[in-house]
Amino acid sequence: MIEEERNIDQENPVITIRDLYKSFGDLVVLDGINLDVFKGENVAVLGKSGTGKSVLIKIIAGLLKPDSGLVEVLGQKVDKLGLRELQQLRLKLGFSFQNSALYDSMTIWENLEFPLVRNKRNLTAKEVKNAIESVLDDVGLPQTINQMPSELSGGQKKRIGIARTLILQPEIMLYDEPTSGLDPATSIEINNLIKQVQLQYNTSSIIITHDLTCAKATADRVAVLLNGKFYITGSFEEVFNSTEPNIKTFYDYNFITN
Amino acid sequence: METVPKVLPKNKYVVSRRVDAFFSDIYHIWIFILRFFKEVFSSPFEFKEVVNQCYHIGLKSLSLVSLTGLVTGIVFTNQSRPSLEVFGASSWLPSLVAIALIRALAPLVTALIVAVAGKVGSNIGAELGSMRVTEQIDAMEVSATNPFKFLVATRVLATTIMVPVLVMYTGLVGMMGSFLNVHQNEETSFPAFFKSAFASITFLDIYASVIKAICFGFTIGIASCYQGYNAQKGTQGVGRAANLAVVLSMYFIFIEEITIVQIFNNIRTLLL
Ligand SMILES: Nc1ncnc2c1ncn2[C@@H]1O[C@H](COP(=O)(O)OP(=O)(O)OP(=O)(O)O)[C@@H](O)[C@H]1O
Ligand SMILES: [Mg+2]
Repeated sequence: MIEEERNIDQENPVITIRDLYKSFGDLVVLDGINLDVFKGENVAVLGKSGTGKSVLIKIIAGLLKPDSGLVEVLGQKVDKLGLRELQQLRLKLGFSFQNSALYDSMTIWENLEFPLVRNKRNLTAKEVKNAIESVLDDVGLPQTINQMPSELSGGQKKRIGIARTLILQPEIMLYDEPTSGLDPATSIEINNLIKQVQLQYNTSSIIITHDLTCAKATADRVAVLLNGKFYITGSFEEVFNSTEPNIKTFYDYNFITN
Repeated sequence: METVPKVLPKNKYVVSRRVDAFFSDIYHIWIFILRFFKEVFSSPFEFKEVVNQCYHIGLKSLSLVSLTGLVTGIVFTNQSRPSLEVFGASSWLPSLVAIALIRALAPLVTALIVAVAGKVGSNIGAELGSMRVTEQIDAMEVSATNPFKFLVATRVLATTIMVPVLVMYTGLVGMMGSFLNVHQNEETSFPAFFKSAFASITFLDIYASVIKAICFGFTIGIASCYQGYNAQKGTQGVGRAANLAVVLSMYFIFIEEITIVQIFNNIRTLLL
């Protein structure tokens, strides 16, 4: 299968998180998180709604500041970077938002052009056109190029959101609930897209989800977030075979029986 | 599980919640303004977006500003006539109207229309607010672009350019309204009206008016962008940002109006 063709570089973490804490007022959201993501690896982070999954990847992307702890992405401490250095790092980081976050006053073309022309300033019009068309092909939506985001379905929006990050050729992808709110068939398409991106763009990824099918299909490793900590980490089968009651509830919700 | 009784820290606020919030707002607006100046003078420049915003602001306000300017000119002339006629001085009407329009009415009326009725202020508040709430601003940040430059700097620049333009336009339209009224009643000719009107206006009046308009435009831009850019999460956040954009703009415009009038009155007496 595809898995065998890739090699995960266990010596070479692209994301390192140690003792990460984050609270909002009295609400403790992340309570000592440790995680490594290695080069070429897809890690799924599972967790109930409100456990701080989005907060975790927003901290990784530098959108939120941690209270304490180490967050290293591609060897750089995200929370210690100045604006310029952070922007340089973000060029290598793709972030697919939970609600897609497409620029709703712009067409799909303009959505894709926006990050491209602002980061690669000496591209010719032809190169811009080629880049946009090629990522749209990659996500399978070349026909939407002149549409507005409001005209797209939820699954199409997710794909365009992914395309918008791919256009900068990222090394790391952060997916926030890529399949939430989608029907099973569309979810499977998105799962395939995530796998395809991993192979084609050679990315390492964190996939936030509470969809076990998505985790199983896309992830090399699964980490379960509970009460602000990673409760259990391992391959999908290891976690799946766990008899922990807290893990069990996930399967019950996903109608998978062991 | 042990339950610890929650004790609020005693000196949580320096004065009280509201007073503290007020001063922290002032501080944050100040930081926002400094950031604007930093971003607006550093490359890359978003020329296209500034032009685009100018166009939209002009378009949104044009019809209302025209109508209000005209009506203000007509009504103000009509209402002033009886008082002047008492002294047999109705020939002073053109200069009176010109002074009132250029010094006070045009800037204030235009600014309030642009901020409130022309919906520019509330539009900016709502637009940026919804971009914040739907994480579009975050999306710009993580794609290594600068949302402050693209969204805030361009809009503030556009309002700062367009309000003075609209103020001059309002002044002219107001004068036209006044002329129509004077022409009908006193049968003053067009050249005579404008000769008499402009004779009373000094360079200082126009200068003051333009300065005021620039301040108002800048204020509307900053206040509206500040509220939108910092909107709170949730759908309520958008409506709140739109409302606060208008309220904050109006507060500042009134304060500036009073301050600038005082300053220029002092200059005027110094010069005379
Ligand atoms: N900016 C913020 N200010 C205050 N509280 C926040 C903020 N962002 C998140 N929170 C709180 O942190 C907690 C975790 O939020 P988060 O969005 O990470 O959850 P999640 O695991 O992604 O859930 P979901 O599956 O529903 O997306 C929530 O209780 C939320 O209210
Ligand atoms: Mg979330």
